[in-house]
Amino acid sequence: MSAAVSVKGLTKRFGGFTAVDRVSFALQENRIYGLLGRNGAGKTTLMHLLTAQLFPTDGEIRVFGEEPYENSRVLSRICFVKESQKYPDNFRVADVLAAAGYFHENWDREYAMELAEQFRLPLKRRIKKLSRGLFSAVGVVVGLASRAPLTIFDEPYAGMDAVARNLFYKLLMEDFVAHPRTILLSTHLIDEASALLEHVLLIDRGRLLLDEEADAVRGRAYAVAGMASKVREFAAGRRVIHWDAFGALASASIIGSLDEETKAAAAALGLEAAPVSLQQLIVHLTGEKSE
Amino acid sequence: MFAMDDTRPIFLQIAERIEDDIINGNLPEEAQIPSANQFAALYRINPATAAKGVSLLAEEGILYKKRGIGMFVKSGARERLREKRKEKFYSQYVAPAIREARKLGITADELAAMIRKGAEGE
Repeated sequence: MSAAVSVKGLTKRFGGFTAVDRVSFALQENRIYGLLGRNGAGKTTLMHLLTAQLFPTDGEIRVFGEEPYENSRVLSRICFVKESQKYPDNFRVADVLAAAGYFHENWDREYAMELAEQFRLPLKRRIKKLSRGLFSAVGVVVGLASRAPLTIFDEPYAGMDAVARNLFYKLLMEDFVAHPRTILLSTHLIDEASALLEHVLLIDRGRLLLDEEADAVRGRAYAVAGMASKVREFAAGRRVIHWDAFGALASASIIGSLDEETKAAAAALGLEAAPVSLQQLIVHLTGEKSE
Repeated sequence: MFAMDDTRPIFLQIAERIEDDIINGNLPEEAQIPSANQFAALYRINPATAAKGVSLLAEEGILYKKRGIGMFVKSGARERLREKRKEKFYSQYVAPAIREARKLGITADELAAMIRKGAEGE
């Protein structure tokens, strides 16, 4: 398995602020990766570094084995769909799609038209006049129809309604299966999108916190809730990642598997036990620590 | 949609759905099962994850591969899965019922009577 992307010790500083802090990882070819993290965690900066729109302060980036900066051979194989893509002022939807055809060698014009229809994109309307949801749909169409060997979506669905987002997930899966490529998807909607991801990268304050198979993270933690004294008794000697207290009541999120033995131990103390979802776990890992 | 539960590995959920379909007869023995890509498109899940669920069942001898064609249900799979599920029945269904009964002050005799009534009523 060869890597589409590999970075080592990647760092980007803006003055005194370190946006990306000694990050190392690899993206294997033809897999779907999720880039997760809170606003300002460094996701967008990282994507700008990979696509050579920013120059690293330190560290190494290889995309398809080469340094991406000012490297047209590499850049022609990347499609980067930004959350707030800028287009020339007078561009219509049709102009954007035509231009995308020049930049991406695998561009499928027919597929792009089909997608535009599915997302109900008015081809003749100026980009400036589109609603936020339709504006996002333009990026999604470009990202899918480019079929670029490395496709990066940065929060691609701002303003899209649930119907359009579902359409995106469906189309992404169908087209990925037919035309495998490396996809990096940054998203806040972890609950919705996580089933699409094979692997997740979680960054927080510029640091890489998780680099794991999504399925390996599911079921890694569970929560118990009940009388605070009992929760405390249960939690003793276990790895608590989150603690909430409400007067005499408390809940604790704990790393570990919720097996029968654990369930019975919780029940013996009169506690409710439930598994923690991938999204909740990530919220706990990147949230403020309490107790 | 057939939403996946995000608190458990999805490959296990896929394996369980295939097992359910074998147990209830939707997938008879020697039937071909959908490909990982078909599972991926149907459930909107990652195809590598779906493939992992399928190969788990192949490792357990529930499915087998016909080279170049796909994965099939092994004969005897239904019976084996039933046995496997029966072994888990106590911990998955009976033990939680007992825990809840204890909490509510339902005696063992009352619980047993309820189960008999329910089972015979069907």
